Amino acid sequence: MDKLLLSVKNLEVVFPLRTGAVTAIRDVSFELNQGERIGIVGESGAGKSITAFAILNLISKPGYLASGSIEFDGIDLAEADEDLMRQIRGNRISMIFQDPMMTLNPVLTIGTQMEETILAHRDTSRDDARKIAIEKLKAVQIPSAETRLDQYPHELSGGMRQRVVIAIALLTDPQLIVADEPTTALDVTIQAEILELLLDLCNEFDVGLILITHDLGVVSQVTQRILVMYAGRIIEQGSTSSIIENPMHPYTKGLIGALPEMTTPGEKLNQIPGVMPSLQDIPSGCPFHNRCRYIQDVCRSRLPDLAKREERLIACHFPIQYD
Amino acid sequence: MFAFLVRRLGQAVIVMLVISLLSFSIQDQLGDPLRELVGQSVSEEIRNELREEMGLNDPFMVQYGRFLKNAVQGDLGTSYFFKRPALDVIMDKLPATIDLVIGATFWILLFSVPVGVFAAIRPHHWFSKVAMGVSIVGISVPVFLTAIFLIYLFAVELGWLPSYGRGDTVMLLGRWKTSLFTLDGLKHLLLPSISLASVILPLFVRMIRSEMMEVLETEYVKFAWAKGLHKRRIWMIHAFKNTLLPVITVGGVQLGIMVAYTILTETVFQWPGMGFMFLEAINRVDTPLIVAYLIIVGLIFVITNTVVDIIYGMVNPMVKITGQ
Amino acid sequence: MSAQTLEVRSSAWQRFRKSLVYHSFIHNRTAMVSAAVVAFFVITSLLAPVLAPYDPWDQTQFDIMDSELPPVGSNGADQRFVLGTDAMGRDMLSTILYGTGISIMIGVFATILQATIGISIGLVSGYFGGRLDSFLMRVADIQLSFTTLMVAIVILALFQATVGLRFYENYAIFVIVLVIGIAEWPQYARTVRACVLAEKKKEYVDAARVIGLKPRAIIYRHILPNTISPLLVISTVQVANAIITEAALSFLGLGMPITKPSLGSLIRNGFDYIFSGSWWITAFPALILVVLILAINLLGDWMRDVLNPKLYDK
Repeated sequence: MDKLLLSVKNLEVVFPLRTGAVTAIRDVSFELNQGERIGIVGESGAGKSITAFAILNLISKPGYLASGSIEFDGIDLAEADEDLMRQIRGNRISMIFQDPMMTLNPVLTIGTQMEETILAHRDTSRDDARKIAIEKLKAVQIPSAETRLDQYPHELSGGMRQRVVIAIALLTDPQLIVADEPTTALDVTIQAEILELLLDLCNEFDVGLILITHDLGVVSQVTQRILVMYAGRIIEQGSTSSIIENPMHPYTKGLIGALPEMTTPGEKLNQIPGVMPSLQDIPSGCPFHNRCRYIQDVCRSRLPDLAKREERLIACHFPIQYD
Repeated sequence: MFAFLVRRLGQAVIVMLVISLLSFSIQDQLGDPLRELVGQSVSEEIRNELREEMGLNDPFMVQYGRFLKNAVQGDLGTSYFFKRPALDVIMDKLPATIDLVIGATFWILLFSVPVGVFAAIRPHHWFSKVAMGVSIVGISVPVFLTAIFLIYLFAVELGWLPSYGRGDTVMLLGRWKTSLFTLDGLKHLLLPSISLASVILPLFVRMIRSEMMEVLETEYVKFAWAKGLHKRRIWMIHAFKNTLLPVITVGGVQLGIMVAYTILTETVFQWPGMGFMFLEAINRVDTPLIVAYLIIVGLIFVITNTVVDIIYGMVNPMVKITGQ
Repeated sequence: MSAQTLEVRSSAWQRFRKSLVYHSFIHNRTAMVSAAVVAFFVITSLLAPVLAPYDPWDQTQFDIMDSELPPVGSNGADQRFVLGTDAMGRDMLSTILYGTGISIMIGVFATILQATIGISIGLVSGYFGGRLDSFLMRVADIQLSFTTLMVAIVILALFQATVGLRFYENYAIFVIVLVIGIAEWPQYARTVRACVLAEKKKEYVDAARVIGLKPRAIIYRHILPNTISPLLVISTVQVANAIITEAALSFLGLGMPITKPSLGSLIRNGFDYIFSGSWWITAFPALILVVLILAINLLGDWMRDVLNPKLYDK
């Protein structure tokens, strides 16, 4: 039996704005075992990134965690004070950000930005920190690691910088890496390399991974389980292979149908009609109802619960059936 | 870095040439050096002879060339009023102005960084709100009013501090007369330096605050939080170092503004510096002294700007590669 | 006025009432008070010829025998002069009313001139780019580093020395507007250029070029409208700065003559008497100047907060 690493329950994040409070995510619950890789999928604005940042208590102001619990290896992160949080961030849970061009501080050398992470969490000398940094740069296959340490971020290409960011995430041998759209800002050719690297490293070091992306193609390559989010809620959850093969929620089916691979060459992409409602005016009933082609009266009035159905969690009144 | 230096120095020289050309055309337009020299009594013939002899009939560019040659050798003409080389007169007044600028810079450095940084990282703290309120009042009160108010309060009403002059001075290295090293001198310097700082300090506080708040929102600062760094390191190394870049550039321009404001401060406090001297020279139409002042102030601006650019280049790692 | 234009206007007004600017304005006491203060000064100084008890520009209306009378409420005050009189026997209230008008006028016209020059150069520099752009921006840098006050002092001093004091007094206001207007163009040029560069990257500008619109049309119809809100923010600050610069110049005796004083020249005029006890000649114009500039600056601050698109993105 796998050991439970992270258990998120009923997470709710609220942004009080000038025009009134907006609930960005609500009722988000999921679990993650040691060394397990899960993907959180959805359109931008669905609440994926906020979920990721909420785990590390790094929601940008003025947003805050209104309710819910985040249990990580026996510690409730939702209740943890700033000092305890600091010891966990970058140490036991690392993050990888979306745009490697923006993630590294332009005025500090790569070496400084790596060593400071080690020194913040380990009681070692600067020389030892440097050795660890070189070792991790080699692990992410950066050539001539020693000289890179004295370079500034702008001297490296985007792909190289994302490798550095991954190396930083690995510095303290974390139990969990949260990667927020780690390949979106990169060239397509480099995307595949970085994904493969991430997958290999997770396997090699037995690190858990939460991969946040809007790209189902990306999650299907790397993860074992998928959570699909829509308008701040989880609407479907299950193993990657079963969801890709038999999506039960009409929205998930739409997402998969929209993948370029699913389209016959020369034909139009099968996009889901309409747009996701903004968080300020989520319609009553099922938030997806006005884009759903299987809509019935009950969808307009009653919000479907996230219910268990054959190893799957799904929030839909009329899930798609497969034989 | 070397190419960058050469380019900046080249630009500095071009700017100085333009300033000297402008200053010289002023001299050419304003006042008749001959009349200052020999008075009205001399006949037209002798005048013309002298004019020819002094090269005043030469073409403009030839005269400018001569002016430039003299200027490079430190000869900026002779003051009509003081009957002494203009450069010597300015060099006598320069230390007083430098004292004033040092005093004001002291206040600015002492307060702008801590207050600006604090207001950025704790924007809702009462102190930040008070600081921002005070700073907008500071920006809105013209420097001469601050000066008048300070004199009225501390010199006239309370009688705690002197209202004019430099007080006791000491000679440094035989030439540099400064009031920074005597208690009486410092007392005299207190009000003028506060007045001079009163316009620039609030600008610095607001600039540091807004730049730092912007930096605190960047991805790399968020990433630094996600790395679990201590907040002091995030604020002081990650955020502040990036805040410094724009602050250095704008700060250099502000230094120039400070030189302009010394004219106002020195006038109110009758501070015997070169700003006060410049206004007197204008009232006396002492053209060589005006021209010399313009060239010296131009030189100060150009030097500070070049130094600021070089410092910027040293702090910003991106400059070395692009050479901009 | 036809019914149709009336309708258009009312719908524009309704749209404005729904906008965030309006919402933020009526919920921000500082902004409302500042706007009221600025409006008060503008209106009273426009109506100065009607409101002022005397005409301070008319020498026959004041008497040296009335000189240095204190304001009403202090010993030796004269009921005719509410805020007292200056050393020439002029009614302070009237002089301040007229002087505020002159200060505001110089501030506004100098800013209009700056905006005209700066926006043109900024558009050209940003749209055409290349060598012209780097040259113009370097010139802007250098000009800024010499500071308006310094440039204005030098030019006004030379002008005064060349044309003589009598002639100068008649034309001072034009020269001041001209000098402050010309010296501050880089502020606008930089902002406009930055906007143009940002807009140029957007697709609609490419689209406009592809369908064959001339650069002129693209600039005026597509780019310029997008620069309006940052320009509005600078303009408030620039009016305040121009008023301060004028006051400083007048204080140094290089600005408005005492026969047609601005607030700055009134303060200079009073400065000679402040230590002999006649504080009101300096204090009242100084107070008005500070309140006026503070109100404009607070309004500018509020505008910066509201119109800053960055704050919405969060």
